[in-house]
Amino acid sequence: MFNLLKSTNRTMTPLALFVVAVIVLLSASSVLAEYADVVLNRHAEAEGVRPVIYPHWFHRIRFRCKVCHHELGFQMKVGSNDITMAAILDGKFCGMCHNDETAWGLEHCHRCHSGLPGLKTGIRGDNKAGGPGDY
Amino acid sequence: MATRSKKTQWVEKKLLLFVLLWMAGSAGCFVPAANAKDVFANDGLHDPQGPSFNELQRPDAAFAGFPVDTVGNKVRWVQALRDGMITPRTNIVPDTKIKILDMDLILGNTGDNAYVRFPHRAHTEWLDCANCHPDPFKEKFGTSGIKMGAILEGKFCGKCHGAVAFPLTECARCHSVKPDTFRGKFGVQPVEKH
Repeated sequence: MFNLLKSTNRTMTPLALFVVAVIVLLSASSVLAEYADVVLNRHAEAEGVRPVIYPHWFHRIRFRCKVCHHELGFQMKVGSNDITMAAILDGKFCGMCHNDETAWGLEHCHRCHSGLPGLKTGIRGDNKAGGPGDY
Repeated sequence: MATRSKKTQWVEKKLLLFVLLWMAGSAGCFVPAANAKDVFANDGLHDPQGPSFNELQRPDAAFAGFPVDTVGNKVRWVQALRDGMITPRTNIVPDTKIKILDMDLILGNTGDNAYVRFPHRAHTEWLDCANCHPDPFKEKFGTSGIKMGAILEGKFCGKCHGAVAFPLTECARCHSVKPDTFRGKFGVQPVEKH
């Protein structure tokens, strides 16, 4: 392979480059989580439901950060909010909006509890950043 | 055109065979075709067996037409807001006071790097003052002890940049003021017309 790239025969170079390009493209085909997606699984699976996938991007299109992180009182560090279903049903956290008034109600369990079994609680980064302190 | 030696032709044939075999072997990754384009199908997060899997909006569909970035969500969120591509609500409690502050700061003491221009406006369009003040940033300029190492550990700017806002790989977006041409003072800058 590397001998081919070094080959003095110029007719070989385009083919060698093509092969390298194909290999690179195939190797990079795995899909990653969307940047800033949060997995919540401190309580979910222990209570017999799928982990929650919280998409920042989805909410950001509809609400500014300040709505959840100021008005609703969500602390910004993953794990610093003790979000239980009881609290949500009581109108706290997600329940401030997901009440069939501001947003759809809590009967749609699986829209949030949509994660693969075994996921760990945490925030997901992209290919360059895995989250705070993860460079 | 140069004539190729028999050995070269043999190598080319082997290579072609190798590529074809590779492609055939990789075909399994793209089947079924319906899932190949679904970003949730194998993102390592969503369970395709979930009863509401098909009800969920996909980011690629939602971001269509948004100004494109190279990192993070690949969306220029500040620009998307200013261009009116998105109209996210500022509050759900009616009497919440909405404050936008148009004030830039320039932060020096950046070692070999360019100085930092911090725009309050872009930040207050999204965030409330209380999200940053007094923790982690004290209101009085120069008293917070901001260090790049701490930011990289997820403190100060790193609470958001690298987690939900554009990541810390984009040095020049903050370190944008060249020390050799900057003649002003650090801290609050004269208001610029937008």
